[in-house]
Amino acid sequence: MTAFLIAAVIKIVLVVFLLLTGVAYMTWLERKVVGHIQNRWGPTRVGPFGLLQPLADGVKFILKEDMVPDLAHKGLFVLAPALALTMSLISIAVIPFGEMINVGGTNTALQITGVSLGGGHPTDINIGLLIILGVTSIGVYGVALAGWSSNSKYALLGSLRASAQMISYELALGLSLVGVLILAGSFSLRGIVDSQSDTWLIGSFNTHLPHWYIFPQFVAFFIYLMAAYAETNRIPFDLPEAETELVAGYHTEYSSMKFAMFFMAEYVNMITVGCIATLLFFGGWHGPLFGPPLMQALLPVVWFSAKIFVFMFVYIWIRGTLPRFRYDQLMAFGWKFLLPLAIANIIVTSLIVALGA
Amino acid sequence: MLHQVLFIFFGLICVAGAVNLLVQRHPINSALSLVVVMGALSLIYLLLGAEFVAAVQVIVYAGAVMVLFVFVIMLLNAGAEERTRGSRIALWMGGPAVAVLAGLIVYMMFKNQQQFNSVSIGNFVSSPADNTHAVANLLFKDFLLPFEITSVLILIAIMGAVVLARRES
Amino acid sequence: MVPLSWYLVLSAILFCLGVSAFLLKRNIITIFMAIELMLNGVNLSFVAFANHWHQLSGQVFVFFVMVVAAAEAAVGLAIIIAVFRTRETLNVDRVNLLKL
Repeated sequence: MTAFLIAAVIKIVLVVFLLLTGVAYMTWLERKVVGHIQNRWGPTRVGPFGLLQPLADGVKFILKEDMVPDLAHKGLFVLAPALALTMSLISIAVIPFGEMINVGGTNTALQITGVSLGGGHPTDINIGLLIILGVTSIGVYGVALAGWSSNSKYALLGSLRASAQMISYELALGLSLVGVLILAGSFSLRGIVDSQSDTWLIGSFNTHLPHWYIFPQFVAFFIYLMAAYAETNRIPFDLPEAETELVAGYHTEYSSMKFAMFFMAEYVNMITVGCIATLLFFGGWHGPLFGPPLMQALLPVVWFSAKIFVFMFVYIWIRGTLPRFRYDQLMAFGWKFLLPLAIANIIVTSLIVALGA
Repeated sequence: MLHQVLFIFFGLICVAGAVNLLVQRHPINSALSLVVVMGALSLIYLLLGAEFVAAVQVIVYAGAVMVLFVFVIMLLNAGAEERTRGSRIALWMGGPAVAVLAGLIVYMMFKNQQQFNSVSIGNFVSSPADNTHAVANLLFKDFLLPFEITSVLILIAIMGAVVLARRES
Repeated sequence: MVPLSWYLVLSAILFCLGVSAFLLKRNIITIFMAIELMLNGVNLSFVAFANHWHQLSGQVFVFFVMVVAAAEAAVGLAIIIAVFRTRETLNVDRVNLLKL
């Protein structure tokens, strides 16, 4: 029992530390890549290649003056960024990074909420994917309350638009994942990855393609990616926080550490989106394994991180390339195009699975 | 033992949130207390072994219906309540009536306590891995007609809400 | 081992707090939230009895109650917005005449 608790605490500390460092360096990556797309250098002065820029930014955020507007609703003003960041971090708790690792005689699953009962194959929460969807729904409160408690016109308008956008695209997000769930047969994230182990067999012909759900569910992947961009308020769907439109939208009145919390929450949400796309469509941590047993336990984590890195790069690439949608175009796209397409995908998938069984 | 501690902890959060809804003057505070009540109720559903219902409670109730309430409070810019004549009559007559109702129900529950079994973790209706499968089987086979009727009901509600909230032009 | 009556008592307490909020509050949106609280109390009863009688129909019924509550909240809030546009007030004591 104590070994289990110690392993759990170590996993939590390690994952949160790596995640927040990843978030900091994702800001560096974004500035560098967007800079190069726009034919300029990005940060180069602070440390070699500007690698210490996130550290300088962190120091700046801590030392800046923390202003609270006079007539703001003080309790909600402090609660909103804390809620946004907490909900983002909770979804990382159910994400599996690999199989199992044997440390000092105890087997522990590479997932904060994963257990390996009796040292055997690891299992996790049965409704892992639903927990992530639920936590995303609660994250809307952070945005809505931030704008309202600031007692400012731009903030209120920005937060109303942002929360309406987020709850509209949550539907397309959830429905696009139902196709994968029909094929996988389980809500548990480890179960979904385990069902992607073999190769695709058409009849008795072995196609030697890995059994990843991207191949039958490419439409769902496309819908999921676009709905995720809208959920995380990134270009091309970032009208609510666009500087030229609404000053800064719902975080206009926020400064220093509270703004940093919103910022971190946005990047952690991006990483969560990348993780779910990898787990559901690209086989999670599956990849070629070689080497001694410790390396074989850690190599899946490397493959997982590599796949997430590709998603982050695509996020940043699209940010540097595309213009943003107008608000009515954005809402029409979500309700009139993505939602019917997701429902059609579910119908086609269930027909094929039912007729094939 | 752990089950009792967890139940009392989450039950106290539920009751505290409900009392806060009653006591607060500004509707936004009442709305956020109701979100807390719904979250704690979702955890109590997990103690009863209803995983799918707990997840749906968070996603639908706390994450969509209450967001709608918070939206409307923000849009209409509702301020703090004022004390009017009606609320005093309701306090003097309604307060004792509700207390009598609550006392009656609690008395009936404790009087029939022997007829009810205890809830224990591990003795759930369906095994946890199968809860969603079992609920889905029931929902789409035995309860298919109510399911279809509720989908028509939601469609009617959507159309009604759009028509009612439209600006006269 | 928690006796089932504890769950039912919690459900009853939530229901009675919902009734008292319905009677005592004057803001129409808060009255609506009291209705949602009452429905939640009833949901807890359903799930508790589903566990007791070992039938899943209780949980399926909770599903339907949630759907109906969501539909009712949507239409009710639309009506509130329509009333607010004409009367300019959210206090139920002031909305007591058919003609403005």
